[in-house]
Amino acid sequence: MNSKVMDLNNVEVWDGNMAAAQALRQADVDVVAAYPITPSTPTVENYAGFHANGYVDGEFVMVESEHAAMSGCVGAAAAGGRVATATSSQGFALMVEVLYQASGMRLPIVLVQVNRALAAPLNVNGDHSDMYLGRDSGWINIDACNPQEAYDITLMGFKIGEHLDVRLPVIANQDGFMTSHTAQNVIPLEDKVACDFVGEYKQVNAMLDFSKPVTHGVQTEENWHFEHKAKQHDALMRSPKVIDEVFAEFKALTGREYKRLETYKVDDAEVVIVALGTTYESAKLAADKMREEGVKAGVMMPRVFRPFPLLEICETLQNVKAVCCMDRSAPGGSVGALYNEISGALFNSPARPVLQNVIYGLGGRDMTIDTLCDIYKDLDKDAKAGKLTSGKIQRFVGVRGPELGFYNV
Amino acid sequence: MAKEKDLSTRVVPELASKPDGKSINEMGWDELVPGAAVYSFDGNIDYAVAHVQPEDRRYAETNSINAYVGDWRVVKPVWNVDLCIDCQNCWLYCPDTSIISREKEMVGIDYDHCKGCGICSEVCPTNPKSLVMFAETMKNEDALNQWPQKQ
Repeated sequence: MNSKVMDLNNVEVWDGNMAAAQALRQADVDVVAAYPITPSTPTVENYAGFHANGYVDGEFVMVESEHAAMSGCVGAAAAGGRVATATSSQGFALMVEVLYQASGMRLPIVLVQVNRALAAPLNVNGDHSDMYLGRDSGWINIDACNPQEAYDITLMGFKIGEHLDVRLPVIANQDGFMTSHTAQNVIPLEDKVACDFVGEYKQVNAMLDFSKPVTHGVQTEENWHFEHKAKQHDALMRSPKVIDEVFAEFKALTGREYKRLETYKVDDAEVVIVALGTTYESAKLAADKMREEGVKAGVMMPRVFRPFPLLEICETLQNVKAVCCMDRSAPGGSVGALYNEISGALFNSPARPVLQNVIYGLGGRDMTIDTLCDIYKDLDKDAKAGKLTSGKIQRFVGVRGPELGFYNV
Repeated sequence: MAKEKDLSTRVVPELASKPDGKSINEMGWDELVPGAAVYSFDGNIDYAVAHVQPEDRRYAETNSINAYVGDWRVVKPVWNVDLCIDCQNCWLYCPDTSIISREKEMVGIDYDHCKGCGICSEVCPTNPKSLVMFAETMKNEDALNQWPQKQ
């Protein structure tokens, strides 16, 4: 534990950045190498402030780019330290090359990612383009809807990634501005409780362990590369066991419950919205409103976006009649990722709900409860008709100009 | 009297038989070290490794000493034992640890790992040089017969 303890109130008013920075401080991180970028800047700024004021015993390394930030993290993690950083958007894009190094080298780094649109055109506001950019990078991806969750999943991220059965890096996502800059009540753990929960860092093949000299970041051509990627995928696919254990342990400690697949009123639902981040919370309010109007509405969020809870989603949607997969990222020439994965999840099962793909909220465009209610009304129409009444699989919702949709069926 | 050295001697150990049986070449995905980390030595280093000569070290199968890179070379350094003053300049500057020296006396060149960069020849202070670069295809005996004159 850090030698200087910070006294916290039982309830603090923190935005998502402060919540993440506090979690990093409490996790007793050895090295944070970071390069600030909007909207995750305050995570780095707050952490640097803690460090300057003596609340962080570990190192804080201000680097010259996000590529260097993640490279510093990889080096420090290979050396045998607990490591973390934070970034967003363009910074994340610059990190991508090194993200694959981190996961391939099985280094349990924690990355606080405040989700933001990717340029061009330049935009600092929230969408999930950066989260989607990293989805094949081999990192565990967990998503928060508010500052409390950002705090919780950042702390849990260390415990999950560092588990000896996992040893994979973890991205703790939160929505840019909607979560990162919206101050809300957060119930923190005391420093000692948080530090004990995360636990002592366990080194694996540390470069600074001179009794067992080791090389990291090796080259493997066609003779070994496939086996190593298979092993890495296997670890990621088996990580739900550890994720569930850590979620359960956290619930026992705090009373706050997390699930890899979060659901709201899906048990009897006929129409379901699937969304990530703050939209999940808004959709819950919309579902309540629709239920007053007699529409059996539910909401679902794959809180753990990677590894994807495919079987849980399949099971949850077996009796649902229409589903809207809401992707907050420009899909680049296909359906959105959630639509793709959810249709894939259902294909080997008997369920054949009508599936919509809505692209929304790009570059911070607001998604209101009224609009979500409209989506539920569309879903209700589709459920009753048993087909896509709009005639299109994919629709852009909330964009100015003539109606925009693709894949006519 | 010239020192008698076999210039082709490779002063590195033969790969020890794997005590735990399986070679990395035979391992499936479930058996490999996570993250493709590779060990330098078999067993733990509970001794002063710097005081053990390479031929006596327990190198792991995955140590790069077992990787042959001699065929990257286009030109090779040839050592003239009669001219060498054992100053150790080449040993110090060689970027590939391919100058073999024992008790501060040069022994030979590790042609399995030398990539022919020519630095050893460049830093050689004798006149004529004791290390001269020749075409890879030339025999060392022929090279010694064509040695440059003192300038």
